[in-house]
Amino acid sequence: MSDYNFAYLDEQTKRMIRRAILKGLAVPGYQVPFASREMPMPYGWGTGGVQVSAATLTPEDTLKVIDQGADDTTNAVSIRKFFERTAGVATTEETAKASVIQTRHRIPEAELSEDQILVYQVPIPEPLRFLEPRETETRKMHALQEYGLMHVKLYEDISQHGAIATAYAYPVKVEGRYVMDPSPIPKFDNPKMEMAAIQLFGAGREQRIYAVPPYTKVVSLDFEDYPFEASKADHPCDLCGAEDSYLDEVILDDAGNRMFVCSDTDYCRSRREAGHSGRLGEEAA
Amino acid sequence: MYVAVKGGEQAIDNAHAWLAEERRGDTSVAELSLAQIREQLALAVNRVMAEGSLYDPDLAALAIKQSRGDLIEAIFLIRAYRTTLPRFGYTQPVDTGAMACDRRISATFKDAPGGQVLGPTFDYTHRLLDFKLAADGEVPAAPEAEPRREPTPHITEFLQGEDIIEREPASDAEPGDLTREPMAFPAGRAVRLQSLTRGDEGFILGMAYSTQRGYARNHAFVGELRIGTVPVEMEIPELGFAIEIGEIELTECETVNQFKGSKTVPPQFTRGYGLVFGQSERKSIAMALVDRALRWEELGEDNVGAAAQDEEFVLSHADNIQATGFLEHIKLPHYVDFQSELELVRKLRREAAELAENLAAQEAAE
Repeated sequence: MSDYNFAYLDEQTKRMIRRAILKGLAVPGYQVPFASREMPMPYGWGTGGVQVSAATLTPEDTLKVIDQGADDTTNAVSIRKFFERTAGVATTEETAKASVIQTRHRIPEAELSEDQILVYQVPIPEPLRFLEPRETETRKMHALQEYGLMHVKLYEDISQHGAIATAYAYPVKVEGRYVMDPSPIPKFDNPKMEMAAIQLFGAGREQRIYAVPPYTKVVSLDFEDYPFEASKADHPCDLCGAEDSYLDEVILDDAGNRMFVCSDTDYCRSRREAGHSGRLGEEAA
Repeated sequence: MYVAVKGGEQAIDNAHAWLAEERRGDTSVAELSLAQIREQLALAVNRVMAEGSLYDPDLAALAIKQSRGDLIEAIFLIRAYRTTLPRFGYTQPVDTGAMACDRRISATFKDAPGGQVLGPTFDYTHRLLDFKLAADGEVPAAPEAEPRREPTPHITEFLQGEDIIEREPASDAEPGDLTREPMAFPAGRAVRLQSLTRGDEGFILGMAYSTQRGYARNHAFVGELRIGTVPVEMEIPELGFAIEIGEIELTECETVNQFKGSKTVPPQFTRGYGLVFGQSERKSIAMALVDRALRWEELGEDNVGAAAQDEEFVLSHADNIQATGFLEHIKLPHYVDFQSELELVRKLRREAAELAENLAAQEAAE
């Protein structure tokens, strides 16, 4: 049981996954079916992302794993450990130093570069799934570019709530063709998806891989009179004072006191190291 | 004061150490051996092999021990291990007609060539707790007899002679492989059967039961249920012929179902098929019923909208490793998404309140 192949998967399986990745890059936003394997962590824990990372990593890579933007959340720790053990690659918490970043639910705040790959863990790859449960139907809808149902849903949101009531996993259109689920990132992150790095999406249980090549047009769906709005908590970070980062709300006591802190732990740490400080920065340090 | 939660790694290690201790339980009680599990919890071992899609009683016993008896967890361990095994090739189809049967019964005929062989069954036991077992599990040896020498042909063959049951269309087409190709719909019967045989026993049972209660009823007779061992043969390229590489225990169920006939086919009986690793009676019968329900289209029956007729529904939700993973993953941190929902709901409430205020002000002004 001790000698696993580099990054756990055998070379045949990795080749199969790489083919799916290449196809995904060639047809941005299209969900490529792939023969997902059972991994030693449960479906729902990032098996798709793990398989994509396993097929992407080389021994020279430096890996960063985040969950909710943080390097030290339990599942991020667990996945990082998995690759340390099975691939022996270097790992880092610094966004800039990583060549492969596996993420769940966030895009790092720091801008990514051309020599980086961002791997997303995806629970439900199909943006139309909650409008139409059948895969046979949704595949047809993508093929025919029949996205009217999605626009009706967004319109109904506006007529009911006065706004589009989707806060995360906000659907995007990639390069003017496929409507794509950006994975459950907060819609705050959507505009970052037009980036220099390669973005790969892995959905293990649903057996799908898709991709967004560098500098690809990624447009969040909206209406002219109700334009898309990337929102976040209306505060600066209480630790580092950042006003441009996505914030977590932390409950401090039962008197309703709370603080807001960067969800991207590396971003927050590097800002504090550079001398920035927020409302509670001194106390917390 | 809040300090960013650190030490996830240590917490995980500690949790695992505690888990290992809990798994062992009271150390003054003797530890379970794998042989004990394999021999005395054989039906649990069978279920783990069937749904883990890996025939290895010792590994299944290990998985049950490691998972503290949580069979879905054990199945998961086997599936994950299975991923690491190289695929050397495919065996020849097993010949269940040549099975060395421990048990073989037919509900459709009083007797048949090969006989009704009850074998080791719970069927006619009275479900009374046997308190003697609590003190002493030793049992006298069961009576033995010479095995029957005559062949035990499939019951459906007798019906086929009369053409009163549908003929299985022969095909040399390469069957799909659920574990090597992504599922696509329509999946076809071979892949469907693969999915059902490794599907969750409880789910398949529930689906089968729903057909019996009228959701796509296809009244099934158990034409035959047989349990026993079959040899597994594989063609070795260097040899150029097939040799026996081992033996596996299987449970096979063939149901005989009613069929009214269609425009092109006169009335005849139809079939449902179940085949499962080990002694897995409930599962194989349930599998046969669900298989039959899923065949509505090829048999020209109506789709009455029942869940058990819906291939995409049944196959997409039968796998307990997929299901349990996705179900349980909602306990992982989701606070980033929850935060975005919080902001959104607060904003919508603020806007609703403003709107109400404006309306009230307007009314007051009028």
